[in-house]
Amino acid sequence: MSQNGLLINYQFCTGCHTCEVACQMEHKLPVDQWGIKLAEIGPWQISEEKWQYEFVPIPTDQCDLCADRVAKGKKPTCVKHCQSLVMEYGPIEELAQKMAGKPKMVLFAPK
Amino acid sequence: MAEEIKNKNDEEFQRPDYFKESEEKITAGNLPWRWEEDGLTVTRTAAWAAPGCHDGCGALVYTDKNGRLVKVEGDEENPFYNGRLCIRCLALPEVEYHPDRLLYPMKRDKADRGKNKWQRISWDEAYDIIETKFNEYKQNFGPESVVFSLGTGRGTSAYMTRLCYSFGSPNYAYFQSGAACYVPRISASMTMMGTYTCPDCSQYFIDRYDNPKWKAPGVIFIWGNNPIISNADGNMGHWIVDCMKRGSKLVVVDPRLTWLAAKADLWLQLRPGTDAALAMAMNDYIIKEKLYDKEFVENFVYGFDEFAERVAQYPVERAAEITWVPQDKIIRAAKMMATKPVSVQWGLALDQTREAINGTLAVAALWCITGNLDIPGGMIPVHHPFNIQVWAPPDPQEMLPPEVCAKRIGGKEYPMYDYGGVVLTQPDLTVDAMLTGIPYEIKAHWIQSTNPIACTAQDAKDRMLAGFLNAEFNVVVDMFMTPTAMACAEIVLPVATFPERDGIREVYYYVQTTNKAMEPVGECKSDMQITYELGKRFNPEAWPGDTLTEFFSYTMKEMGMTFEEVRKENWVYPEYNYGKYLEGKQRPDGIPGFNTPTGKIELYSTLFEEWGMDPLPFFEEPDQSPVSTPEIMKEYPLVLTTGARRWSFFHSEHRQISRLRAIHPDPLVEIHPQTAKELGINEGDWCWIENTMNKVKMRAHLTLGISPKVVNCDHAWWYPERDPEKLYDVFEANVNLLVPATFGRSGFGANCKSLICKVYKA
Repeated sequence: MSQNGLLINYQFCTGCHTCEVACQMEHKLPVDQWGIKLAEIGPWQISEEKWQYEFVPIPTDQCDLCADRVAKGKKPTCVKHCQSLVMEYGPIEELAQKMAGKPKMVLFAPK
Repeated sequence: MAEEIKNKNDEEFQRPDYFKESEEKITAGNLPWRWEEDGLTVTRTAAWAAPGCHDGCGALVYTDKNGRLVKVEGDEENPFYNGRLCIRCLALPEVEYHPDRLLYPMKRDKADRGKNKWQRISWDEAYDIIETKFNEYKQNFGPESVVFSLGTGRGTSAYMTRLCYSFGSPNYAYFQSGAACYVPRISASMTMMGTYTCPDCSQYFIDRYDNPKWKAPGVIFIWGNNPIISNADGNMGHWIVDCMKRGSKLVVVDPRLTWLAAKADLWLQLRPGTDAALAMAMNDYIIKEKLYDKEFVENFVYGFDEFAERVAQYPVERAAEITWVPQDKIIRAAKMMATKPVSVQWGLALDQTREAINGTLAVAALWCITGNLDIPGGMIPVHHPFNIQVWAPPDPQEMLPPEVCAKRIGGKEYPMYDYGGVVLTQPDLTVDAMLTGIPYEIKAHWIQSTNPIACTAQDAKDRMLAGFLNAEFNVVVDMFMTPTAMACAEIVLPVATFPERDGIREVYYYVQTTNKAMEPVGECKSDMQITYELGKRFNPEAWPGDTLTEFFSYTMKEMGMTFEEVRKENWVYPEYNYGKYLEGKQRPDGIPGFNTPTGKIELYSTLFEEWGMDPLPFFEEPDQSPVSTPEIMKEYPLVLTTGARRWSFFHSEHRQISRLRAIHPDPLVEIHPQTAKELGINEGDWCWIENTMNKVKMRAHLTLGISPKVVNCDHAWWYPERDPEKLYDVFEANVNLLVPATFGRSGFGANCKSLICKVYKA
């Protein structure tokens, strides 16, 4: 059986915290624990008109890829609610293929 | 002579936002609005306040067999939102069962204002007291002595105003100086174009981005707005991201480096409050370089030559000095504007300069002269589908005789308030009346879903609060106890959340019902039910139907569908076609063109001329600025802008919701690291922000994303966890204490975003 993972295209992640709160609500986590947590990178200035300013959601040890939801045929809650629609769930081989040529993608493939 | 007064019934009355649309309705059909899933009941609904924003997102509410709210999820079938949802709706279960929620009607003696001394009463007793008091003031001082106020326009607007008019008062108020939120943009658009317009992100089509008629905007200007966080006024901010993925480039006009600004092809970091000068210079460049759409201008624009002459006063060189934006960037922006298709997502920053109307007119002129109106991917005319009355308030002229309408505060002085599609009192004159009794005394207030002393009102303590305290009797309708209610109310009425009620969601484009998923907690009632029940006591004829549901159907009468029929269809769109002005579908008389006196886009406004206003846009310096008051800049050396939005909160709401507060625990002042260093301020330090009026305390956040000459403060802060009898320290935290209550010559606009201040460690 193929292993599943999360593909995150952080080129368009706006840092809206939706993944964090959707996950906290789904898994009944307290306000200071996260199944996925945003990192803020920047802003700093790279050149005259270029800025580094990025958000990257990072799954934690408490992420189980929403096993209960997925078993019922639903998307993980972070994937479903992401306002920028930048998260995808599926077999890691398929997700890995989608990364080719895309500069700002990360693949989370938990054991 | 009474019989000569024209009684404007439904058929005769022509709304100023008249808009002809096709008979065809496009619906989702065949989707259930309620089903069972894993032992839970799922109700499809539209998440319109309370609590929350204007958007009305498609949501699924999960309740258990005891009728308790378990969770809220996005509705993937919904074409507007595709299942996505923001953190405020996701955290709704915490709002629903929050220990501080108001659960019962309560009363308090006038002598105990400001004290936490409330007594639970029944709804009947509350209604009896209100009815008796209001009628007493009506009899002794006229119905205009009772003012009905609402905060930002959401699902409550049409009901609360109907309550106002059914009582007989013409005074529907929104307490922000110069009504400097959205209304100026609407009013200016209606005057100039005969319509309001929005960026085309395919939202008129049920199949959205796949619709073959639609094209992604080549360039989207984000002007004075951060739509992904702030409210995008009926649009969803993340549609901008959807369009970016489909190739749209961005030009961002903002003093702050928002995420969108960082991703933009061009970021114009202007000095706060100088939008009009920037827009006029871009117009001038486009005209001088002959980059405008000559055919459109020739056929559909009035007063082009006069306009060209006026904007010539703002050549790029001069605008660069005024705005702090380098000339080459202004020119690049002008060239990008003069392409097709271009959309402009504009925002509050345009309303929040004192001469707001002018910046707005100058920006709107840009998409008009470049021919970007009503084309795929351009600026599309919007209105309330089927003229449904659930967001847009009824026009007072539909319900009140002319002699009563004439008493509306500020109506005579500021005709734009009559014409702009939203008819309000002029807020500053209303507060003046509350303080001075001129033109007449204000005896009582109905304050529904608004918390002005923490949120909207300028000079919040010395004017707004003092004004409320001058009244004999105040009623506040809200979900939680607020600083405003604690300070001044005799009666508070508890409001239901959206899962606890039926209703109708309409923010342009389509209609959807809000479907009750559970019984309200305590004795809460919906905004709609409260106004319906009380309104029936004042004037049953103003509330047709024997039940609230029948009344809902009445407000949708031009759809030709009942509430239950709309509910079954889930969402109902009118058919959309581009280029309506070419076919006479933009005017009630069916003649091609626009619904203005000349039938054209009026760059030279014949209405302004008639009203004794400058018919052409102009730029005016903020009242206090490096240019207008250099002498006091020595003491207050920083430009202060306010009102930037955070993901966690909708205006003054949600401060008590722990999951949301954890993301954004404190009010922030954003400072450039270099400026902070000079001031000896470190990240996280508590600071005073002080100007000639007052001072407020916020925590420093150092960021390179703001000019060293500018600081930015959060708005609408109070501390629900602190002492109610100190009004939750609202006057320590509300930045509006630094904002003067002044407004522009049109009656609209206020300098909320272009002030000066000093900052020092607390």
